[in-house]
Amino acid sequence: MAGKVTVLNPLGSPPKVTSKTLAPRLMNLDGKTVYLVDVRFDNSGVFMEQLQDWFSEHMPTVKTELVHWREPFKHDPELAQEIGQKGNAAIFGVGL
Amino acid sequence: MRMESEYRVPSVAIHAHVFARLVASSTRANGMPGSRRAFVPQPVADQSPAQLRAYIDGNDAISARPFMQEVLEGLTLPLTEEDMKGVTFERTSPRLLEPDMEENLHRRFLENDWTDKLPIVLPTEERVAAMLTGTSHAAGEVVGRLRPAEYREFWEFTVEQAAVNAVMAGADPRYFPTILALLASCLSARHSSTTSIASMVVVNGPVRGEIGMNSGMGALGPYNHANATIGRAYGLASQNLQGGSVPGLSYMGDMGNNFAYTSVVFAENEERSPWEPYHVQQGFDKDASTATIFKGIWSLISTWGVRETWRERAKYMFGALESRGGAVMLLDPIVAHEFCDREGFVTKDKLAQWVYDNVRKPAREYWDNFQVQIFLAPMATSGIEPFASYLKAAADELIPMFLRDDVHVVVVGGETQPHWSIVSAITSRSPAGGVEVGKTVSIDEWR
Repeated sequence: MAGKVTVLNPLGSPPKVTSKTLAPRLMNLDGKTVYLVDVRFDNSGVFMEQLQDWFSEHMPTVKTELVHWREPFKHDPELAQEIGQKGNAAIFGVGL
Repeated sequence: MRMESEYRVPSVAIHAHVFARLVASSTRANGMPGSRRAFVPQPVADQSPAQLRAYIDGNDAISARPFMQEVLEGLTLPLTEEDMKGVTFERTSPRLLEPDMEENLHRRFLENDWTDKLPIVLPTEERVAAMLTGTSHAAGEVVGRLRPAEYREFWEFTVEQAAVNAVMAGADPRYFPTILALLASCLSARHSSTTSIASMVVVNGPVRGEIGMNSGMGALGPYNHANATIGRAYGLASQNLQGGSVPGLSYMGDMGNNFAYTSVVFAENEERSPWEPYHVQQGFDKDASTATIFKGIWSLISTWGVRETWRERAKYMFGALESRGGAVMLLDPIVAHEFCDREGFVTKDKLAQWVYDNVRKPAREYWDNFQVQIFLAPMATSGIEPFASYLKAAADELIPMFLRDDVHVVVVGGETQPHWSIVSAITSRSPAGGVEVGKTVSIDEWR
């Protein structure tokens, strides 16, 4: 051990990571309601409008609802509940 | 992720491609590494609808497969066995590192991104024990928790873990209560914001003299041991205690910010100020020792003298700042006295009121700002004042750039010049200003 030095670890203490399960997937999107969620970053709303247009053109049997998250970084419980109750799927964008 | 786990709605998240590593890390740390995602190229901001449509019609910027195939399969392909199993794990690290030669330890700290890329003081047990004598709080006491961004998990830390980082910064044990107070605020000096924010800290009260802080000549520069090492400790401790500050992974600041090296820590020049100290304005007793953290600062604009046209100059200077946030005025005592004695601003509040009343811009310019759109527009559309009224303003109507309470005045400097600066910062303290990002905390609690 001559010449060797012992030092302390500078890191903090992370929380335990607990598994969370994904929701079951849909067989297909025909006739389903897909929420397109603008997460409010710069130009995200315009992107999601283009995504809605894509669905109208390519998958017209899919009903899309374009909605706006209240603000980035924070949970929007009212909108989340609406999506949970009325939506079959959700696409969030664009995380910047 | 909550949409999946709590509301049981299959989801896909779309991100700009530069966030791929961060997304992988963040989803794993939240126990959902298999969450479905698709990537578009940067930039998304400032792109036309046609350009954004081209992203949708093109390929995923990470997988190179058709973008919409990634999106649609993310919602419809059955979950894998790995998805069903999920991931649960502990992340522990030993209190002591494996003994090694000093040279090797320095290299390890550098390569592990545990430093600010400048040489550090190795945190031996003896040095950490010495640092702990600076506070009456027990080594194992939990001080608080930190995280690099609102979407990351909090990491907890103890007094001893904070002391390790204080040693690394070269701080003196007498500075430790101030360092602990900053860390206990739960505001990280290494925030991950893509806008590259740093922190600025103003210290008030008797502690300034007790530990030899500088509030005069060169206070914001590399001329005082306490100012420099307290700020450095705040930064090093933030990055290490929160789980890291690594570009692309846990730090996404576009250009970075040079202020982050020492978080601009200085003492207010209370003795030469004509006004009440900053902490007294926040409700503290004059004899209390406090630290005020301005969490998000970007840049600093300076001028000299309160000359005949100072009002016009001030409007230009303030006009260059971001409307979302606020401003901190740093005034040399000469300037403070000129504002007070000659111009009649007998309190800091009156000066801040002048800024609120006179620094305005047309509504169309106010709203044509990405931070205003992200953080203030949602409040406006929800009916929160004054933003709701600002949104209804005619395009050319002049509206205040800042909320009245978001303009702060601090006196600092050594009177070699009538120097005053305005710091572009997120200074909101009220919910109406957005995310709370400023705090004045007690240092005395950590003695």
